[in-house]
Amino acid sequence: MNITFIQPEKFREQMEYLRRERGMDFLRELVGMDWGEEGIGAVYMLENSETKENVQVATRSTNREAPAIPTVSDIWKIAEMYEREAFDFFGIIFTGHPDLRRLFLRNDWVGYPLRKDYDESEELNPVRMFSENVENDCTHTLAPDGTLQRNPDTLFDNNEYIINIGPQHPATHGVLRFRLSLEGEVIKKTDVHCGYIHRGVEKISERLTYPQILALTDRLDYLSAHQNRHALCMCIENAMDVEVTERTQYIRTIMDELQRIDSHLLFISCAAMDLGALTTFIYGFRDREKILDIFEEVTGGRLIQNYNVIGGVQADITATFAEKVKAFCKYIPKKIKEYNDVFTNNIITRKRMVGVGVLGRDEAISFGCTGGTGRASGWACDVRKRHPYALYDKVDFKEVIYQNGDSFSRYLVRIDEIMESVRIIEQLIDNIPEGDYKVKTKPVIRIPEGSYHATVEGSRGEFGVFIESRGEKSPYRIKFRPMGLPLVACMGTLLNGNKIADLMTIGATLDYVIPDIDR
Amino acid sequence: MEMKKPVIKSIPYEEFKDNETLEALVNELNKERTNVVVGALDDLINWGRSNSLWSLTFATSCCGIEFMSVGAARYDFARFGFEVTRNSPRQADLIMVAGTITHKMAPVLKRLYDQMADPKYVIAVGGCAISGGPFKGSYHVLNGVDKIIPVDVYIPGCPPRPEAILYGMMQLQRKVKVEKFFGGVNRKQSREELPEGPMIITNVPQETMNNKEKEQ
Repeated sequence: MNITFIQPEKFREQMEYLRRERGMDFLRELVGMDWGEEGIGAVYMLENSETKENVQVATRSTNREAPAIPTVSDIWKIAEMYEREAFDFFGIIFTGHPDLRRLFLRNDWVGYPLRKDYDESEELNPVRMFSENVENDCTHTLAPDGTLQRNPDTLFDNNEYIINIGPQHPATHGVLRFRLSLEGEVIKKTDVHCGYIHRGVEKISERLTYPQILALTDRLDYLSAHQNRHALCMCIENAMDVEVTERTQYIRTIMDELQRIDSHLLFISCAAMDLGALTTFIYGFRDREKILDIFEEVTGGRLIQNYNVIGGVQADITATFAEKVKAFCKYIPKKIKEYNDVFTNNIITRKRMVGVGVLGRDEAISFGCTGGTGRASGWACDVRKRHPYALYDKVDFKEVIYQNGDSFSRYLVRIDEIMESVRIIEQLIDNIPEGDYKVKTKPVIRIPEGSYHATVEGSRGEFGVFIESRGEKSPYRIKFRPMGLPLVACMGTLLNGNKIADLMTIGATLDYVIPDIDR
Repeated sequence: MEMKKPVIKSIPYEEFKDNETLEALVNELNKERTNVVVGALDDLINWGRSNSLWSLTFATSCCGIEFMSVGAARYDFARFGFEVTRNSPRQADLIMVAGTITHKMAPVLKRLYDQMADPKYVIAVGGCAISGGPFKGSYHVLNGVDKIIPVDVYIPGCPPRPEAILYGMMQLQRKVKVEKFFGGVNRKQSREELPEGPMIITNVPQETMNNKEKEQ
């Protein structure tokens, strides 16, 4: 992957040029990076949503004390969150950023963990058992000369009515925390807090060998376990020039699609439960167990399968695999009809979903909301079509796109995608070629020096892996693109002006998984 | 009157592992004999309590999804008396710590535990809650929830199978059965008797303390 370096002074101008003249409207990833003596900075991956053209640029500052880079948060909305993440991990000061707070770690955290010279000693950062100081929750602005100015409590006024939701709350689908400013029942302002399940996967990975890192990807978004691992394996295989067999590609594609159905069934179950329809929750889990049975038979794992490995898959498919998958493909369409009867066509469901939380197409692109959320807003963002991998250029399937961008469209996209996944599986399941399920790789896996990137379509968006290698057994820097962070970033836009009860609907239909956001 | 062995209807006694620990507990409790009336009431109350343990919905990551599976149709923990999950710690009897606990989450978990009404129980589900699991070496992960709250049952696995979770929950039921409700777990302690907590909070910065005093 080619990365063009730009001087920080010219950076802003270049980025504006890329956005305006070359139509780079989708900021795929922003990877903070510590290059050691060469400085601290970030890699920006941009894409033109029309032409699918990709550009990677980077900028860095040699000042390790206070590395300053101009912000791009006014050009791409998602950059606001990404830059906060880079500030949190590397201490990069994005000049002009409207709200430069830590994103994942506590306010009183000492040091920037992903820097190479970070001091991990327990004395600096013990387990602090007292609550975080809310006073620190204020906006930071930066003067152009790099000095940090603290503007206390500009986020919420003193006379605003603020309620706290989470981190332990059933409607947040995990440990996410919101602070909402209310006027009556109407939400005025939203502040999202992440990091309650930040496990520092990227930092741990820098100490592990490549096959060891594979174990962690399953646990990022556990409902896209296969796809996540597929992305990492693909990235490493591309870097090492390993070609996997046709049989592996078939198995991987089928498994990815089964995982997608599994995730979407869980989505329907949980969305229904959030809206108070417990019946659908029970139905969804009943059908989901059928997929888990197939996974268990082939991989040995139910939820976390650890199936893909570098060069292939862990074990060959079993003799009854095809038969069971075919039986499932026959079974599920009937059940979808049942869901539609019980839940989708229910008047309460419609009233609560239709027209609620509308995300426009341009906003979806600016926020980088890929997956079902982006497609519900009319953005054709499916990685399987945009940058086909595995067997997706050989199978015939439709990219499900809705135009309304409301909660109901987001829900329908998932229902339709289950049917498309079934179609993909049906095309492949009878034609799995003979051959090895795994090619031999070297016992110690090293990646040649350079930067590598691979993406797959996860269950809820584009999942990307970025590896910066120095030719060692473990990566110099590895970055996973969280599928959920853009979805959480756009929460403010979707919530403001809606009723507080719509938080459940909007949160449920955006379908984020918190451990994937926090990593 | 003597305490009985912790027998529950769902599984034969011999099929449980860890019978020795619980029998030792029974013996210890039997050292000082119990009044017949109090003992009979204890039995009745323990029977009731062990069959209506409501858990707090507390899931941070993958184990939470398996916990949801246990609640859904195929495994269905309601069969064994874990009728519902509660979203408020005030209404919960036990907390299933399903998932990794990070530095940022640790004070929240402690507070939730403190908010629960006694008698309360903790089950650590999965490798992360037991010891940090695959994230043990991380800068932001608490290596085991037993460092901040006392744990009654550990369920290993990554994530544990639903059967394992059910087994662990039944072990807790057995543990509840060998308690003396009167004069035992439910006795009110005086302030002097309070044991020193599992974690003494010493690293609160002066600034925060001052703020707290101001609030009061």
